[in-house]
Amino acid sequence: MASPMRIRAAAKDGVTEVRVLMAHVMETGQRKDSSGALIPAHFITELSARHNDKLVLSAQFGPSVSTNPYLAFKFNGGAKGDKLAVTWVDNKGDTRSDEVQIA
Amino acid sequence: MRKQFKAVALSLALAFAAPAFAQDELNFDAYREMLADGNPAELYEMEGEELWRTARGPKNATLEQCDLGLGAGVVPGAAAQLPRHFADTDRVQDLESRLMYCMETLQGIPSEQIIKGKFLKDERAKLAALVAYVVTHSNGEKIAIDLSHPKMKEMYALGEKAFYYRTGAMDFACSSCHSQDGKRIRATQLPNITKPEGAAAGWGSWPAYRVSNSQFWTMQHRLWDCFRQQRTAEPIFASDVTIALSVFMAGKGNGAEAVWPGVKR
Amino acid sequence: MNHQRRGALKTGSGLGVFSLLLAAGMIKPEMAQAAWNKTAFEAKTLDAALAAVDAGKPVESADVVITAPDIAENGAVVPVGVLSNIPKTEYIAIMIEKNPNMLAASFTLPEGTLADVQTRVKMGQTSDVYAVVKADGKFYMSKKEIKVTLGGCGG
Repeated sequence: MASPMRIRAAAKDGVTEVRVLMAHVMETGQRKDSSGALIPAHFITELSARHNDKLVLSAQFGPSVSTNPYLAFKFNGGAKGDKLAVTWVDNKGDTRSDEVQIA
Repeated sequence: MRKQFKAVALSLALAFAAPAFAQDELNFDAYREMLADGNPAELYEMEGEELWRTARGPKNATLEQCDLGLGAGVVPGAAAQLPRHFADTDRVQDLESRLMYCMETLQGIPSEQIIKGKFLKDERAKLAALVAYVVTHSNGEKIAIDLSHPKMKEMYALGEKAFYYRTGAMDFACSSCHSQDGKRIRATQLPNITKPEGAAAGWGSWPAYRVSNSQFWTMQHRLWDCFRQQRTAEPIFASDVTIALSVFMAGKGNGAEAVWPGVKR
Repeated sequence: MNHQRRGALKTGSGLGVFSLLLAAGMIKPEMAQAAWNKTAFEAKTLDAALAAVDAGKPVESADVVITAPDIAENGAVVPVGVLSNIPKTEYIAIMIEKNPNMLAASFTLPEGTLADVQTRVKMGQTSDVYAVVKADGKFYMSKKEIKVTLGGCGG
């Protein structure tokens, strides 16, 4: 099972800043293991973030995004205590959702 | 693994050869600053915090009564004062060996499992996550180890000796790479550990997340790899020589601010 | 729903509606794969990648700002931020010219989300990095060279 994300969301002057760290190998499919066999691609393909129930960001990733991906973005609005949820899906169909309260 | 070994040998050979980049071009301040915010070590810290509070092992206990030197369960600031002499064990322990002791005494997880284990695997990986958790709560603190106890003095002296001790197939000592200013391996700058600022730069920036391999490395792991690159016998996990080198570095770096956990290339 | 779908497809990324459905638990994750812009992510040239996100030949604009270090200590993790000062920016893509696949990531920004995103990418070697932005239906871009001292793909 996928490990939890570290999500930080803070509201300041009417703007909420969100920073997310995801635990994921982001394997490119172009590397070889010690026996010379190709390591299959395994990477997050899509991500979405919701403030309460409103979509505030959707993203698509390719294998060029670094291992344990980092993402930061900002949206207007958001208040202390509001819900901020992030969901990702990878190319093998694994998925992970985590939710925090905006600080 | 073999390939990595060769790459290391090559990089050592190239260390002082003509660089692809001029020294003044190798300013990574902007790069490092951008990585410091959102250090993936936070993912390990989260895991460690969870482990600290989770009842585990044959005794089904948490680590919340673990005394890291500031009293049972006190985490903030504890790492900044490690290694230290502990009265209950009458030993000098670093963070890893102290956590290992807590895991054994409180949870019943035999230290042997960790000592004989592998880095990044099983209980040793869990220990590393705990390290990430504990050091995060000393981030920004000044390194403040107490060298007054005779056993600390002894360890400092042993660490200093080990630092200058040439050994292995290439007759290398720690000091071969870490006793001059401005040395580097490829683009990696090497701290001069014989000076307080160099010792602080080394001690105060590990444990760290390594972007080159996406791994979180404790100081025990870092030191083990130094020995390996030295082409000498690999040290036993949490053995006296590793703790002694830590006492030497931390002692020399005393007073400097720790940036924990670090993020490294 | 149809209206929404059309809108999403028009952005050239076509992911909006799927993310919404996924978020709402209306579809399973594997179904969302259909939305991932395979053509764009597998594009081997910059022109092909631009075409695959419907960007054509974007206009170079100083209002698209790339925040990244001039030199990276390791290509495995290179921080890249894109800020667009162009009103109604709705889409941002990051492309790396000398990577085996150009497109690294793309972001669709609903109204109210600022055109200011940061992520980290792998770079096999020193390369120009492109930020491609769609604002009010038009595409813009800017580029910045990032030097890499060690290839990020060998580990």
